[in-house]
Amino acid sequence: MRILWNRLSSALLVLCAASFITFTLARVIPSDPALAYIGPKATAADSAKLRITLGLDQPIPVQYFKYVWQTLHGNWGYSLSTKQPVLQEIINRLPATLELIFFAMSFAVIFGVAMGVYAAKYRGRLQDSVIRIVAIAGVSMPAFWLGLLLQMLFAGRLTWFPATGQFDIDLKYDNPISKVTGFPIFDSIITGNFAATVNGLHHMVLPALTLSAYSFGLLSRMARANLLEVMSQDYIKVARAYGLSERLVFFKLALRNALPPIITVTGLSTAYLITGTFFVEQVYNWPGIGSFAVNSLLSIDYPAIMGITLLAAVGYLVINFIVDLIHAKLDPRVWMR
Amino acid sequence: MKTKLAGLSFLFKDTLTTIATVMMSIFIGAAIFAPWLAPFPKEGAGETNVDNIYIGPGWHHLLGTDELGRDLLSRIIYGARPALLIALAVVGFAAIIGTLLGLIAGYRGGWIDNIIMRVSELFLSFPPLLLSLVAVTFLGPGLVNALIALIISWWPWYARLIRVEASIVRSKPYVEISAAMGVPDRIIIVRHILRNVTTPLIVQIAADLGTVILAAGSLAFIGLGAQPPSADWGLMVAQGRNLIFDQWWISTFSGLAIFLAVLSFNIIGDALRDHFDPRIARQ
Repeated sequence: MRILWNRLSSALLVLCAASFITFTLARVIPSDPALAYIGPKATAADSAKLRITLGLDQPIPVQYFKYVWQTLHGNWGYSLSTKQPVLQEIINRLPATLELIFFAMSFAVIFGVAMGVYAAKYRGRLQDSVIRIVAIAGVSMPAFWLGLLLQMLFAGRLTWFPATGQFDIDLKYDNPISKVTGFPIFDSIITGNFAATVNGLHHMVLPALTLSAYSFGLLSRMARANLLEVMSQDYIKVARAYGLSERLVFFKLALRNALPPIITVTGLSTAYLITGTFFVEQVYNWPGIGSFAVNSLLSIDYPAIMGITLLAAVGYLVINFIVDLIHAKLDPRVWMR
Repeated sequence: MKTKLAGLSFLFKDTLTTIATVMMSIFIGAAIFAPWLAPFPKEGAGETNVDNIYIGPGWHHLLGTDELGRDLLSRIIYGARPALLIALAVVGFAAIIGTLLGLIAGYRGGWIDNIIMRVSELFLSFPPLLLSLVAVTFLGPGLVNALIALIISWWPWYARLIRVEASIVRSKPYVEISAAMGVPDRIIIVRHILRNVTTPLIVQIAADLGTVILAAGSLAFIGLGAQPPSADWGLMVAQGRNLIFDQWWISTFSGLAIFLAVLSFNIIGDALRDHFDPRIARQ
């Protein structure tokens, strides 16, 4: 319990600090945030007025506390480019991104770990070398380039999959998804909208594959290395000497003990996916946080940038926290520390 | 240490590593000798040739031409320059800043250690690359600002790495005895600690070079890195993006250059790590 409390309090500290960094980057570094808000053609009188409305005439520390106070009360400001409340934009767009991350991560974990296990089993043989090359190619692949290649090949040449978007445009007239949780594919499943589910999954394949490449490579490398490390331990040799079946040794003893570091890497690579979605969503025109983030960055939409940065820091924190909890569950020694 | 580095045989330890070494040499050669290697050096440097736009790959233009009629192969050869420059500069500066702070933190301990580590943790509390993206936005797009932005999110890794190693070495008896005998800190740090952190530092630098090229390419792709008309791989992928179904070669080959450069750096990074850390290599 104590450790949980410690983790939570340090998480809180990190959040405060993260909000401070975000604030500094957005409000202190640009010479005139008011100018960014209303555009370069504004008159001096207008921008002076705006400075007062935005509270930019007050001292920086006061501005910071105001910012924290408003953020905590759900007032994340208005996006400069869409003129909508930033929090509303984020809530509207988050489900699309989370579904994308979910599918990408599921693919990466299932196939990455399976590939790693397979490579470890056939260590030093042809299978191992092939998987090694595929894995290192996965972590070296620019996601935006892979996305374009898959589009060109599977959407352009072969027309197996749609090139962009989350659903066909006419879907919302033919088979509109009734909103339950806001997660489109999930909602289409629970409302029994079969056509929408199929259409959504069809659109999901290429973006999810693109996004998963890095995690897939990382996970299969880690799974292989950890499994081999565990397999060289004495208790495995003893278990084998006792005549336990190879299947039992491999899956029950080795894999279980190789699991904690694999979970760490899973968490770590999920964190990579947060920024990964920026590029993948940009390429596939995905209506999520990532494309919103890129557009906000390009138009220096600082309320939106601050909101997204804070959200990403929270997401990162939550992922790390979950990883710690699973670790503690798998390895009781963690609680003793 | 010296004898270990003198034998560069690990760069050729297996087929894959040998191929990577050859590829890396080609990229380095391309960066240095771009004006002599490029078939159309003027076009590589940016001169447009509007009579020749969108010629597909063929004998005269091996990789085709771009939207301004420039020979793509020449552009890609010139593009090796910013790519390698940014990799070396980012990793170099991050390693210098991180090593200095890590040494101070690990050797001095106490409050200064606390401050340095808290600050670096702060930087690491954002998802990778996010801080760079935000920083470059507010600094303004461009190659130099992208470089600064990448250093901002890279140095904490080095500070942490060096701090751990430094504090391990710090508590070794021979270092404590030297300190007790009145050897100045400066000399202890240089002679004992710095020498002992060189290996993990080299391994980390080698592993990071490829990642930095990838990150810089990503920044340029969304328009926050190098700006036109520079020959930059990430930028060239972006410029060919809307033409991917017809003039596919522009994005395909520019991105291939990023991929192959990152791949060869990563494979060599692996080989270097195995070379210095035989425990992993045995597997």
